[in-house]
Amino acid sequence: MGKTISSSIPRLDADKKISGQAEYIADMVMDDFMHARTIRSEKAHAKIKAIHLPELPEGYTVIDKKDIPGNNRMQTVVSDHPLFAEAEVHYIGQPILLITGPSKEKTVELAEKVQLDYKELPAVTDMEEALSENEVHVNYQYAKGNPDAVFDNASKTITDEYRTGQPEHLYLETNGVIATCHSGRITIYGSIQCPFFVKNAVVEATGFAPEQIQVIQTVTGGAFGGKEEYPSLLAAQAAVASLKTGKPVRLILDRKEDIEATTKRHPSLLRYKASLNNKNEITGIDIDITFDGGAYATISPVVLQRAMFTSTGVYGFPNIRVTGRVVKTNKAPSGAFRGFGAPQVLFGIEQFMNRLAAEAGVSSLAFKRQYFLKKGDTTSTGGKMWADIKIREIVDKITGMSNYKQTKTNSGKNRGIGISLFLHGCGFTGKGEVDISGEVILKKRGNKVSILTSNVEMGQGASTTLIKIVAHSLSIPEKDVDFVKQDTDAVPDSGPTVASRTAMIIGGLVKKACNKLLDKWEQEEAEVKEVYKHPGYVTWDNDTFQGDAYPVYSWGANVAEVEADPVTCEVEVKKLWGVYDIGVALDEDIIRGQMQGGMVQGLGFAYLEKLTSRKGKFNQLNLTDYTIPTSVDVPEIECDFVENPYEFGPYGAKCAGELPLSGVAPALAEAVEQALGMEVRKIPMTPEYLKARKNED
Amino acid sequence: MKIEFTLNHSKVTVDRPPEHRLIDVLRDEFGLKSLKEGCGEGECGACSVLLDGKTVASCILPLGRVHGHAIETIEGIRNSESFTAIQEAFKKAGAVQCGFCTPGMVISTEALIRQNTNPTKVDIRNAISGNLCRCTGYHMILEGIRLAVQKREER
Repeated sequence: MGKTISSSIPRLDADKKISGQAEYIADMVMDDFMHARTIRSEKAHAKIKAIHLPELPEGYTVIDKKDIPGNNRMQTVVSDHPLFAEAEVHYIGQPILLITGPSKEKTVELAEKVQLDYKELPAVTDMEEALSENEVHVNYQYAKGNPDAVFDNASKTITDEYRTGQPEHLYLETNGVIATCHSGRITIYGSIQCPFFVKNAVVEATGFAPEQIQVIQTVTGGAFGGKEEYPSLLAAQAAVASLKTGKPVRLILDRKEDIEATTKRHPSLLRYKASLNNKNEITGIDIDITFDGGAYATISPVVLQRAMFTSTGVYGFPNIRVTGRVVKTNKAPSGAFRGFGAPQVLFGIEQFMNRLAAEAGVSSLAFKRQYFLKKGDTTSTGGKMWADIKIREIVDKITGMSNYKQTKTNSGKNRGIGISLFLHGCGFTGKGEVDISGEVILKKRGNKVSILTSNVEMGQGASTTLIKIVAHSLSIPEKDVDFVKQDTDAVPDSGPTVASRTAMIIGGLVKKACNKLLDKWEQEEAEVKEVYKHPGYVTWDNDTFQGDAYPVYSWGANVAEVEADPVTCEVEVKKLWGVYDIGVALDEDIIRGQMQGGMVQGLGFAYLEKLTSRKGKFNQLNLTDYTIPTSVDVPEIECDFVENPYEFGPYGAKCAGELPLSGVAPALAEAVEQALGMEVRKIPMTPEYLKARKNED
Repeated sequence: MKIEFTLNHSKVTVDRPPEHRLIDVLRDEFGLKSLKEGCGEGECGACSVLLDGKTVASCILPLGRVHGHAIETIEGIRNSESFTAIQEAFKKAGAVQCGFCTPGMVISTEALIRQNTNPTKVDIRNAISGNLCRCTGYHMILEGIRLAVQKREER
């Protein structure tokens, strides 16, 4: 046991992973396995006129919409995605049917022989076209103060707009599940973030009773939101296939399928309008957010909500209007991706604040400083900043570490430096945590304690972190604490492993449960349960979007220093800095890994990763074309922390996992602007984009 | 067609078409599950194995290509001092998150150590330039490799 909770211990899952003994979904072996291959739409929008199947040898089976005993929809926030296409297909890659069989090669070969006759229908594959045609899945708005009045009385109105791209999660392990039916029950194994989401989806698809469905998470090779809602679709398909064939069915996507058909980050168009008084002070701000949701709404409404409630960044303004919509296009549905709508809008607000600073003729940092939120301030939704805000300490620390001010004024030829400030609302948006009321159970047997939760280890360090909380709270060695495998038959529903909620919310429940267990420590065997309740101060009205969208926030700043080639516009990131307030680190190494990993994904979002599409077909369907950062791309990274314990977090911890992705793009954009002497209005800042911008100016 | 090669220090014979992918032969026929399939196109390095001591991607290596050569996987080096050093170093550096890329990183580290006892920082970065990781941002893995190299030199 480390000296303090923050002192690192070796990760408890490391040995098995290093020695190659951790069992991922593709490593599972069962007798009588059926391999499943998905037949997908090749059209962005079409009516399916006919399906011509090849002759199937014995043991090979087709599974389609007619085989769904329950509801042919993926159960999620908006259950609109068909498990198998019905009369029409709405995006390229949409699943139409499965072929299963004993040989993987033969199954793939048969799948390639399936012929589909389509009647093509008009397709909208561009977000801005969908916007102009008002093809909308969902829209919301809210306001604070009186934005109309201040815009009417503005001495100046400044507008600008920004666009963000469509990165793919690119977890190293593709999506995959295995379904097996046995004695009236169905068991799902899978690379998943949310066992109970999967369970509910299989219940909905099969019409089975909840107690007949069991979901077991296998070691998960990265997720980042990409295994939040999507595995529900795969599990439901595989469950139905297992019911029809009576055999275990293995549905593991190959990389091309995974890029083409699974969720990605919502591309965005962000429009800003500020009213300034005669001293160039912001009197009001109007933010308009358009997200491309793809063909089905699925979880887009909640992604849009987080984006809207995050859209004013680390700043307080007296008068605010935020409007947002998710438009419908004939592309694969967008979904959860680390940051959940926040990285897009934080890029936008930081860039827009820089524009306004330039208008006011002061440095971006000096301009932004005037609007920093403070404890007690009213949020954009009329809630309150209840906890201490240490954004000024964060800025002081990072500008010191990076020598920001000196480099800014004297950066050198073709070089530039930029700073960004950002935050992340911890846990679910609005009353999500209350709706779920996650449960955690601790069981004591002798001197050993087991943690029962549905929140999974997916690489982020949840198992080690939760074990450390128990070990520290009870003063027992980590080896005496067991993180029970996520099996819905064995663990309570603590909610999904999303929204950076595991350390703070689940860790908080574990800590409270430990306090109860201490009272029973003399007993040989004991069991305690803890159910989540919001801190008493939190209020939220989900109809009016008024109140505390989040109980507390984590904060951060990034500085990026770059050198750019003035001719080719190629950017080299010299160094990245990050300073974070995540409350208290529950394990320094795990947190450092989260911060650095998140920052490098942020680099991908900012300038390296390009996924484009033409008429609804993605152009980069493999790792040669879709390039994520490699070991030779990553710059030196320096991270530090400002401690700011949160009263209701375990040992003061707040959220950490998503925060570090958000700040990189705006810091890099400001640096690139200085290096190349141009304004950046779009990410990824590829050399092609920057060159085109240069020619425009 | 019979293909003979040395697998983890033992002679083996496989009767399969020479165009079959080595990854499938190793995983399905020999149950060597340490190597992972991340892309199937030789880009991600999760399926790395040692071919005569050098890192190769087994997903794009046809079986016929290994006839008469030596293949090693983590299963074959697990009991070596060198592996223990790498394991301890990776743990100390916090080099592991989801773990899917980790076996490939270990293989590339082992190859680096065998080939180059005194690698520079650049050598270390280059050693894993064919191994993608989506979780860590690489620095903690690079630190793990540095520590493993150091341990090797101390012996």
